[in-house]
Amino acid sequence: MATHDSAVRPQPLIRLRADRRRWGEDVIKVVLGLCALVSVATTVGIVVALLQPSIEFFRAVSIVDFFSGTTWAPLFTPSSFGVLPLIVGTLSVTAWACLVCMPFGLGAAIYLSEYARPRVRAILKPALELLAGIPTVVFGFFALTFFTPLLRDIGIEVGTFNVLSAGLVMGVMLIPTVASISEDAMVAVPQDLRDGAYGLGASRLQVSTRIVVPAAVSGIVASFVLAISRAIGETMIVLIAAGTLPQLTLDPRETSETMTAFIAATGIGDVATGSIEYKTIFAVGLTLFCFTLVMNVFAIRLVRKYREIYE
Amino acid sequence: MTDTQTELVKIGTVNERTLADRERELPPPHRREVVFGVSDLAVAYGTNVALKNVSLDVYRNFVTAFIGPSGCGKSTFIRCFNRMNDLIPAASVKGTILYHGQDLYGSEVDPVEVRKRIGMVFQKPNPFPKSIYENVAFGPRVLDMKGNMDELVEQALQQAALWDEVKDRLKGSALSLSGGQQQRLCIARCLAVEPDVILMDEPASALDPISTTAIEDLMHELKKNYTIVIVTHNMQQAARVADMTAFFSVEVAEQGKDRTGVLIEYDTTPKIFTKPSDQRTEDYVTGRFG
Amino acid sequence: MSANAGLGGAVLGSRSRGERVRGGAFRALLLFSITIGFVLLGTLLFDVLRKGLPYVDGILLTEPPSASPDRAGARPAILGTIYLMGLLLLMTVPLGVGTAIYLEEYANRERWYNRVLEVNIQNLSAVPSIVYGILGLAFLVRGLGLGRVLLAGAMILTLLVLPTVIVAGREAIRAVPDSIRQGAYALGATKWQVVWRQVLPAAIPGIATGSILALARAVGETAPLLLVGALTYVATDPSILGSFTALPVQIFQWIARPQDEFRLLAAGAIIVLLAILLVMNSFAIWLRYRYQKRW
Repeated sequence: MATHDSAVRPQPLIRLRADRRRWGEDVIKVVLGLCALVSVATTVGIVVALLQPSIEFFRAVSIVDFFSGTTWAPLFTPSSFGVLPLIVGTLSVTAWACLVCMPFGLGAAIYLSEYARPRVRAILKPALELLAGIPTVVFGFFALTFFTPLLRDIGIEVGTFNVLSAGLVMGVMLIPTVASISEDAMVAVPQDLRDGAYGLGASRLQVSTRIVVPAAVSGIVASFVLAISRAIGETMIVLIAAGTLPQLTLDPRETSETMTAFIAATGIGDVATGSIEYKTIFAVGLTLFCFTLVMNVFAIRLVRKYREIYE
Repeated sequence: MTDTQTELVKIGTVNERTLADRERELPPPHRREVVFGVSDLAVAYGTNVALKNVSLDVYRNFVTAFIGPSGCGKSTFIRCFNRMNDLIPAASVKGTILYHGQDLYGSEVDPVEVRKRIGMVFQKPNPFPKSIYENVAFGPRVLDMKGNMDELVEQALQQAALWDEVKDRLKGSALSLSGGQQQRLCIARCLAVEPDVILMDEPASALDPISTTAIEDLMHELKKNYTIVIVTHNMQQAARVADMTAFFSVEVAEQGKDRTGVLIEYDTTPKIFTKPSDQRTEDYVTGRFG
Repeated sequence: MSANAGLGGAVLGSRSRGERVRGGAFRALLLFSITIGFVLLGTLLFDVLRKGLPYVDGILLTEPPSASPDRAGARPAILGTIYLMGLLLLMTVPLGVGTAIYLEEYANRERWYNRVLEVNIQNLSAVPSIVYGILGLAFLVRGLGLGRVLLAGAMILTLLVLPTVIVAGREAIRAVPDSIRQGAYALGATKWQVVWRQVLPAAIPGIATGSILALARAVGETAPLLLVGALTYVATDPSILGSFTALPVQIFQWIARPQDEFRLLAAGAIIVLLAILLVMNSFAIWLRYRYQKRW
């Protein structure tokens, strides 16, 4: 029968080898790999940029003096390189920021995850992200020109530059960070757990606080750690509103200088390359980087942990 | 008539007279040209052996069907023919497949060249998110085929019995077509590169009965010029379209966890469906299991 | 019943008054949490508009800064920001998308170096922005001897937003169904042909949206630019290899001036900055909805 006769169509020459080696494909793979290497180069660059001048710095200034000295006056004579005031300044602002962003961020997350109706949530969640999109220089402006006078109006005697204003405003800025990650963690908690509790007659308050939050705790803690990391690394709000006068004080009504503000202020000025003042930028930068690196590694581990539990 | 034949005729799915006719229409074994010679093929994903000890020959201008229960490795097997398993990092293929006498998995063989000659149509129609014209033109373009593109596209769509329905809207989105039309578009796309073999992995299982019939009629037409291999879980479909049928089944290891696919029987379709040699084949085609 | 004791002993049908009060107070607290951010946002916007709107005029937009607030404008800063964004787009998108393609289509996940790559990108996205400034200062300004030029600023911002673009690119590429790739491979296309002709075109809306959002973030970045030399007093129009400034830096400089009027001018410049951000974000959101693909 004709249907099965071969050679109705001429048989193509069977050659399964490629005509020429597809070297174009290899070139492309290399180019793309090089793109990826840029990110590696960035990390290496950061480490080298921080380490090299810092090593030189610590030949001139002893590490012990650096971390235990209580006066930071690198440009004075006699100069003093105790970094504690900067660290205390940073941690002080961070603490005030956390006082705001942790409870309110968590509260916002609980509301979005357990209380809000889907349509409300669909509007509120992206709206909250708006707050995160405002440039920090704007927050700094707000803290200096509105919030500080406001604090004075309600009776708190703050200086023109003060830690409290910067810390509180930074805290509100960080609410979306805490809220977003905590909410993701809470939403990932399986509905069965809630249903079991509701079925026993628990109230929403009880389910939220005793069932969902404990179940999502590693994600929530991750959000806290990330917020701390961001607070430590934040520059403009503190530069504008907290000032550039290093002081070893815990009084938030006073001015203070954070590590980031110091780096920025020094960088703006014209310091001679290779001078000890120039190297302070890197030594403080290295300290800052170590702080945030530890926090970030911790946060990423926590996020991975909570993702593993439910995925 | 055997019990099997009675069963099938009772179900009304296979006309006994047609089966006998088709048996006579097939060229005798000595006049069949072998396109694929499979020897002792085994496929594993990591440590899990999905398929083993498969040996059979696929003949030119035949429709060859692989049937069997789910999990028996038919899809894994068909994907060996166009080296699509290469795209899965954990997959390893052992044994030999000869394509017109050449080892398909030879060290010098370029998978891209293989896929130029051995095309595939998938279970769920997967047209590109482009126009109908661009879908069919994609293959010839990437393969640098010479010739008038408009003509190539029209020819392919004609062969796939889709031309009349889309000739006025070639620039329209392929995603606006119905499921059956999309699948025929995928067939046209495959035909546009002028392959030697067309592999079809359950081509009609996602389609409605009318579209299914259209695809099956298409297979009858296409086999005049191409060699067709199809995987189907619908054995009546195999009985309708296939010249040769291979029945696969699952072997469960003693410990009970490892499931491996094996070839049970391979013969002309009428034989598989009316006088199977293996009891397991008979059980399957009469619907006693699977 | 002791079984319910851990949950406060809820009784079927009736809820104690104390419980209702607690529940209500808690809910109010939560609502307060979520509104405090919006209250601040609203206050901020109101305050900025009130202070700055009178200053948003032709002078602000077209004149260079000056010692006198009456005649000061933000022209070099606005131009600087625009140039920075342009350079940023040119540098970030190819690098970010290239990396994303590599990670999604070419990299073997089992290999250790690819996993290190992924972890590295994750870490980079959490590095404080001022550290990027330090990087720029060390390598570009002093090390390479580029000096305090626009190009250095653009390069540093590129590295800063690169992780964001990479993540957006990866998500967009991952969203392309695998069936498309399989269909293309089955026709005899090479890997690059599949990526270039099928995957990328389908992923472009997601990549574009992510890139614009990354750019929007960069527009507001101040700290790295301060270190890399965005001088706070630039009266001439910027050029790629010349001294430069950017809008947020100009804002900072005006805030730091002692005269009150400069603070109001800063508010005006903030309005311009926020307007630019609004346009960019709206465009990104429009893109996302316009090209949302339904597979």
